[in-house]
Amino acid sequence: MPIIEFDGKKYESKPDETVLDCLTRFDCPPPSSCRSGLCHTCMMRAIAGTPPESSQQGLKETLQQQNYFLACSCVPAEDLTVTLADSIAAPHFETIVLEKNLLTPVILQLRFSVPEGFTYIPGQFLNVFRDEHLTRSYSIASVPALENVIELHVERIKDGEMSGWLFDDLNLNDTLQLSEPLGECYYLPGNPEKSLLMVATGSGLAPLYGVIRDALNQGHQGEIYLYHGSENPEKIYLQNELENLTKLHDNFHYKPCISGDGADGNIMDRANEIALGTHKSLKDWRIYLCGHPLMVADTKRRAFLAGASLNDIFADPFEFSS
Amino acid sequence: MSDSLFDKIGGEAAVNAAVDIFYRKVLADDRISRFFDGVDMEKQAAKQKGFLTMAFGGPNNYSGKDMREGHAHLVAKGLNDSHFDAVVENLGATLKELGVTDELIGEVAAIAETTRNDVLGK
Repeated sequence: MPIIEFDGKKYESKPDETVLDCLTRFDCPPPSSCRSGLCHTCMMRAIAGTPPESSQQGLKETLQQQNYFLACSCVPAEDLTVTLADSIAAPHFETIVLEKNLLTPVILQLRFSVPEGFTYIPGQFLNVFRDEHLTRSYSIASVPALENVIELHVERIKDGEMSGWLFDDLNLNDTLQLSEPLGECYYLPGNPEKSLLMVATGSGLAPLYGVIRDALNQGHQGEIYLYHGSENPEKIYLQNELENLTKLHDNFHYKPCISGDGADGNIMDRANEIALGTHKSLKDWRIYLCGHPLMVADTKRRAFLAGASLNDIFADPFEFSS
Repeated sequence: MSDSLFDKIGGEAAVNAAVDIFYRKVLADDRISRFFDGVDMEKQAAKQKGFLTMAFGGPNNYSGKDMREGHAHLVAKGLNDSHFDAVVENLGATLKELGVTDELIGEVAAIAETTRNDVLGK
């Protein structure tokens, strides 16, 4: 089996074991978060040996060329000598906590100062670092043209180490480490007439709250439909703000959807059912899907079948880890 | 100088036009859609683009070994000739929709046919 050399020591991997799992087994894990190849937290660099192509999916070409790879999706085919990446997903910026508002008992609105040099597009996400071992991704809800803060919406996860810390222990004026902004779920100017369909569950609203206000601020003319769903009314938030937006903009439509029987294992939220049932042909539409991974995957497929082009579907599945 | 099949169909632009239509037909086809459950749609679309380029007679580096390995897990789930036929049928319908002549569709189907044994692991 391939040998992984890290920090001067050699570790033998098991069949089908990723670099992340192997280093975790030997008690020297690199930072990681989603373990699905999305957040790029576990990006490493091979300084000897070549990582498999599949472990470089989604990385910028320039990084691929330099043998950067994602430890969570890297099952090595040969011996690798790896180092922690001084990566874009690493803590690069220091910010100050300006506001903490409990929007509902399970949704926390956090506002940070914008560090110098931190430029983002509404809808992107960033990684928040508690310390070198704990990091999580959160989407950005703020719009730089409208507000001089970074706003995140944090959902309280049962036994969630990071969300528990952010809810209970983080104080105003604390400093916090952030990564660079990442991700491609954002408004694209240039087609102001296009209809936009947005479906969010829970704190999946955060990036869309940014994208919608960015689109309206940039003068988007086409219709914008937002369906925000949860099985639980406590995860429907910013209702007043969104209803106010519908009054200010005739082309913005908002429907909060509570699916109800969440208690008996109803994992599929109904916001997507209402959205897809209302808008049967999605040819030439642009689609934004954020939140529960099953909702996102199911709706993506159905929106495509309803005529949306794959290039026009922006999906941001939220992987929740404790 | 006679144009190649790939040029006659319309080259890469034709592939790009065909991929969404073809993939949508395949996903909507109850005979075969289950084989696409749980796949990453972007990756799948990229693979279909490769397949269409090959079937249109364009530049490709498909090998029989890749085809076998790439479909082995589906063969284990019961992929057989009837499913292969359904895919070829969807391919023909896609090209028809794009205004390609029956003669050229026949040539494309013939190229697709050359992959049958490898895809089905025969």
